[in-house]
Amino acid sequence: MKILVPVKRVLDYNIKPRAKSDGSGVELSGLKMAMNPFDEIALEEAVRLKEKNVATEVIAVSCGQVSSQDILRTALALGADRAILIETDYDLEPLAVAKCLAKLIDKEQPNLVICGKQAIDDDSNQTGQILAALLGWSQATFASKIEVTQDHLDVTREIDGGLETVHVSLPSVVTTDLRLNEPRFATLPNIMKAKKKPLETISAQSLQIDIAPRIRVLKVREPDPRPAGIKVDSVDTLIEKLKTDAKVIG
Amino acid sequence: MANLIIAELEKSSLKSSVRQLITAANKLQGDNHLLLIGYQIGDALAQAKQLPGIKKILVVDNPALGDESPEKTTEIVLSIATNYSHILTPASAFGKNFLPRVAARLDMTQISDVIAIQDATHFSRPIYAGSLIADIEVTESIIPLTIRISAFDAVMGDEDNQAEITHLALPDLPQLSQRIALQLHESSRPNLDSAKIVVSGGRGLGSEENFHQLLEPLADKLSAALGASRAAVDLGYAPNDYQVGQTGKIIAPQLYIAVGISGAIQHLAGMKNSKCIVAINKDPDAAIFSIADYSLVGDLNEVVPELTSKL
Repeated sequence: MKILVPVKRVLDYNIKPRAKSDGSGVELSGLKMAMNPFDEIALEEAVRLKEKNVATEVIAVSCGQVSSQDILRTALALGADRAILIETDYDLEPLAVAKCLAKLIDKEQPNLVICGKQAIDDDSNQTGQILAALLGWSQATFASKIEVTQDHLDVTREIDGGLETVHVSLPSVVTTDLRLNEPRFATLPNIMKAKKKPLETISAQSLQIDIAPRIRVLKVREPDPRPAGIKVDSVDTLIEKLKTDAKVIG
Repeated sequence: MANLIIAELEKSSLKSSVRQLITAANKLQGDNHLLLIGYQIGDALAQAKQLPGIKKILVVDNPALGDESPEKTTEIVLSIATNYSHILTPASAFGKNFLPRVAARLDMTQISDVIAIQDATHFSRPIYAGSLIADIEVTESIIPLTIRISAFDAVMGDEDNQAEITHLALPDLPQLSQRIALQLHESSRPNLDSAKIVVSGGRGLGSEENFHQLLEPLADKLSAALGASRAAVDLGYAPNDYQVGQTGKIIAPQLYIAVGISGAIQHLAGMKNSKCIVAINKDPDAAIFSIADYSLVGDLNEVVPELTSKL
């Protein structure tokens, strides 16, 4: 089984994001970037399937600027066999990313795509589902467990109020939730080895699809701050405040 | 043009989130139509007839539709989608699962997690786990929207809405996936998503035993739902679906009581829009205090039982 893992380069999750002073977007210049954490989980799952001899090849793909090569190198160090960058200067929306991936999938013919359920920058939670729809494939989102049978997957999904297990036909798109696995760290020897693994670049333009943005961002701003709270020194005062000031308990 | 609201069901009944969806749809132009998809959903239909602001109810009630399959739900929605300017569904596990499929097949761009609607083409949505808000404009002919339920008030009132009821023909359905197991946490407590009061615990509880022994009596007293921070879930103090935060549930109850929660950004993202926040923590520098309305510095092992007994 061949597995494709799309990965996105995002602002490192430890950094507090700020709006640009003119409100035109998010300030990213000079800040540490990293692989989207949900994509790390996706990659880890694919690499584990390869280690169990279920998968034969793991391909990491990123759609974006040439700078995304750094996270593809990380993906190679973490166990991907090869990497592909679909290069564009556009800020791609989920639909555009999925269209790029669908084109690549026509060529590469993987049986399974594992991707993060959402990117921690725009939080859209769409790309996997869109990709499955464009391809006419099954999907299993928010996966916390994946079992591969012959031509099917049994995927346990985290849903509101509990867990659901779905039996999906292959090929399929699976999106990862937090508890699927704990990704490994890249070791120095593997980082060295990754430098020799193939990293191919394809221009998005050559795919001949419409990837122009459709959403106009008018302003990026900080949310309205909460009014300052007060310290209470005892349980009695707290109950009193909740009853008479906040009026949230009877 | 009209707005299509796709309601989430629970067993055979309507989830209360439909009322927030109506409030959201009322900020757009045109009539609101409600789509109900499932199997043996007579109860949901009866409830739908009592909802204010609904002009037409579309129903597909079929044994093939009992498991919320996203592939099948998509085909049903697509059979009528082009009649609408906007398609609204909750930004819940249910809505997030199928709506992007619908958007993709329509070649339209979906707007996720909408927290404000200015007019038919202008929306606000949180990015970076709510650290920032993006105000955006979309002018496509059909706009699929997932709505963050906690950001809208529920439309009030029960009246016979005299809606026209149409049973839709079943389109060809793909056989790509099927549900083989469903484990829901049975609980007599209110749902975390819709509870008016939430009692939530973090790492400070120290053990699974303590989590339940301290928080359950308090939640019982307040008829509250129970929640947890990611740390508490990862440590096994509470099940996954208790998690409040960026990657868990995003809620805005009337009262949120955070017990032994330090207040990581990812947790705050899930509860900072609660109407009233109480934080109980022994560390006076805990980040949770920065957004709390009422901060109580103290040992939760003493404070929580005292609070429970005095309520």
